[in-house]
Amino acid sequence: MQRTNVHRWTKLSIASVCLVLVLQLLLAFAPLFLDANAVDRLTTLFIYGILALMWNCLAGYGGLVSVGQQAFFGLGAYAAVRLASAGVSVYPSLLLGAVLVAAISIPVGIFMLRLRAGEFAIGMWVVAELAHLLVNLDPLIQGETGTSMIALNAYDADGRRALTYWAALATMVGLAWLVFLLLRGRLGSAAQAIRDNEEAASSVGVQVLVAKRTIFILSAFGCAAAGALWVATTISFQPKTYFSVQWSAYMIFMVLVGGIGTFEGPIIGAVLFFLVETFFGASGVWYMIGLGATALVFALLLPRGIWGTFEARYGIRLLPVGYFLRSHEE
Amino acid sequence: MTSWVNLILQGALLGGYYALLASGLSFLFGVMRIINLAHGSLAVIAAYALWFIAERWGIGPFLGILAVLPVMGGLGWLLHRTVFERSLQGGELVPILSTFGLATVVDNVMFQNFGADTRSLAPYIDTFAYESWNLPGDIYIGQLAVLVFALAVLVLGGLHLLLLRTSLGRQIRAAAEDPDAARLVGINAHRIHGIATAIAVMTVALAGMSLGMRATFDPYSGSQQLVFAFEAVVIGGAGSLWGTLVGGMILGIAQSIGAQLNPQGFLIAGHLVFLVVLLARLYAIDKLGTLMRQLRRQPG
Amino acid sequence: MTLLRVEGLSAVHGLLPAVRGVSFEITEGETLALVGANGAGKTTLLRVIAGVHPVAGGRIEFDGTEITALPAHRRVADGIALVPEGRRLFPGMTVEENLRVGATSGRPGAWSLDRMREAFPQLARIWQSKASHLSGGEQQATAIGRALMANPRLLLLDEVSLGLSPKAVDGVYDSLQHLKAARTTTILVEQDLNRSLAFADRIICLLEGRIVAQGIAADMSRDQVMDHYFGAHRRAAHGVPA
Repeated sequence: MQRTNVHRWTKLSIASVCLVLVLQLLLAFAPLFLDANAVDRLTTLFIYGILALMWNCLAGYGGLVSVGQQAFFGLGAYAAVRLASAGVSVYPSLLLGAVLVAAISIPVGIFMLRLRAGEFAIGMWVVAELAHLLVNLDPLIQGETGTSMIALNAYDADGRRALTYWAALATMVGLAWLVFLLLRGRLGSAAQAIRDNEEAASSVGVQVLVAKRTIFILSAFGCAAAGALWVATTISFQPKTYFSVQWSAYMIFMVLVGGIGTFEGPIIGAVLFFLVETFFGASGVWYMIGLGATALVFALLLPRGIWGTFEARYGIRLLPVGYFLRSHEE
Repeated sequence: MTSWVNLILQGALLGGYYALLASGLSFLFGVMRIINLAHGSLAVIAAYALWFIAERWGIGPFLGILAVLPVMGGLGWLLHRTVFERSLQGGELVPILSTFGLATVVDNVMFQNFGADTRSLAPYIDTFAYESWNLPGDIYIGQLAVLVFALAVLVLGGLHLLLLRTSLGRQIRAAAEDPDAARLVGINAHRIHGIATAIAVMTVALAGMSLGMRATFDPYSGSQQLVFAFEAVVIGGAGSLWGTLVGGMILGIAQSIGAQLNPQGFLIAGHLVFLVVLLARLYAIDKLGTLMRQLRRQPG
Repeated sequence: MTLLRVEGLSAVHGLLPAVRGVSFEITEGETLALVGANGAGKTTLLRVIAGVHPVAGGRIEFDGTEITALPAHRRVADGIALVPEGRRLFPGMTVEENLRVGATSGRPGAWSLDRMREAFPQLARIWQSKASHLSGGEQQATAIGRALMANPRLLLLDEVSLGLSPKAVDGVYDSLQHLKAARTTTILVEQDLNRSLAFADRIICLLEGRIVAQGIAADMSRDQVMDHYFGAHRRAAHGVPA
């Protein structure tokens, strides 16, 4: 008699998760034995990772393409700067800023999620533009001149660098685990169902709206945290930089190339983007042309991205977010 | 107050530009359900082309447009063959991603070729750029603004007539409503979509010409224009060509009023009106739906 | 003269085979009915012949020329017209506009807007009505008219009685009698077996994508065909109780 069991873990996925834990441990100790430049670069990589993870959440799991996540990126930075200047301790203000922006995103989400795909995409861009303009009105910001996170001067350069590194690492790791656990739970199944067929999902009782709103708020929180961390690394806050649609271009590139809708994809995309930026970032315009062209080519020819195509071709999944069947002889 | 009348008039005329800009976006969306995020960038291409023709060969924009229009039409056809056609097969999200990538490429290629300087077509049309008619009551109407408004009405009217009265228009509508059934009656949906895209991009060229003459532009102006076009379409009601004219005018008027209140007010007012109209429309649809349900339950 | 020849035709719906190695011919002027239970592959077969469903194997020959790879709109220009299941009129367009669009291929022939008004007086009454406002019977008449505007040599009719009242179906078949009298070559898919047997010259019965029976309509009884619907012949042959 044959019996079929539902499994979640394979030997490969157990090995992968162990590897990831070891890697996270190593990274935690990195500032102790890496030089200043390397620590800065890794911090940047972590922030890219957060952005990729969060954009993938929205688009890959929620099916919502947004060209306006820079709204939350900029607002997160703005909130952190404002809180710090109001006397809140620097690093807590990063977290608090992200939380505040997440709170603001709740009504924004309720409103914007009622729009259809294309309208939602550009609608979020309008929200970003509006946020940019409203932030410019703040006398502290002085329009496009911007300001700096002066409170960071309380720390010496090395200390600031290490603390920011750990904050970025903790945020990325925390968000990654959070997304991982959510995907393994009900939200993951809901997201998969919504992606395949929203109407059918709704008809079998999947709380489509709740799932989308949760994903929207999570994505907003993550992007805001990334923005706050960015201002902690660069110290200066100019609205034009933080609210620029270029951030969306980066996020789209990372997720599209890495693999939309997969868990490993955005991480791969972030690493690739980081490497491309390290080697070609100085090329100015050609760098942006290359990014745009790559995103275009991937959208048309390789829509599943590198990891998505790989996963589909070989059926390998490193991290256990799905289910599979195995039959046993009894 | 006369200044308020002037304000609203300027805003309405500005709306004519927005309507012209948005007509291509609306048309393309109506025909193929594609929101072209490279729309604004295409307008800027046309503006640069006209600038180049004027700068290099001394040919004014009103003449230069005769050469630019067919080229842009061809570009539209090419765009459809290479990007839009494949995007349609990929699902709902692909056109957004691919056209965004396209916009990034276009903007930066223009930056590479023309540099960061802002340009304008105004120097090439002499005084027409700022001449105005002086009406009784201290009202000034810019001649260029009126021309652009007239152009918008012509284009929208032309598109309207095309769709309603010509064989091509019927084929376009059929292919838009049901591409599968369209093939069954002998329509080459592929070719029709290509033609529709070419038409849309030609209207964008006219908008680019207007942009260059009325104001200045730089390689990255495309994003701003896209947002304006999108707002005009949505305020007026997606799917309605004449609604785009109304939407453009509302946007222009809101912006003009906002500009009086604050230097940033121009843009802020526009975005706010957009969001308010969107919210109101969703709310109204909700209310209407509830009302309809209640009416149906009533006996008699 | 053979107008259409289908050899070893196969088609799939995603992973499911819908048409498996179907071969048949139809001569000019003939009326052929495809019958079979739901899911037997009848609609898919018509759509493959019309060119809107991809071919997985086999070939199609129309008037001596192979058309297997020809796109749908070119087949219309050659003379094949399909009235699809569910009518599929263009909802935002009027009856007149739907008919005009049907003439896109520009094929010369007897059918024109004027002739349409004469032959289908019920259409003349609703000429400017939007397709989405029409009743089922009116939509069906319009859909058939739209296909006829292409002056086809081969007319494909998919489930024209679906969703219509019996009276409306009578009306449709009255119109179709005119076409039959004019020797228009027709393949029709029809749920109502009685009508199929009464209207068609020949019957082909499909089961799970394969032809299980064919013959002249006059020679076949209703019961014989019903058996083939559910594969009773196969079950009886294997001795397993049905």
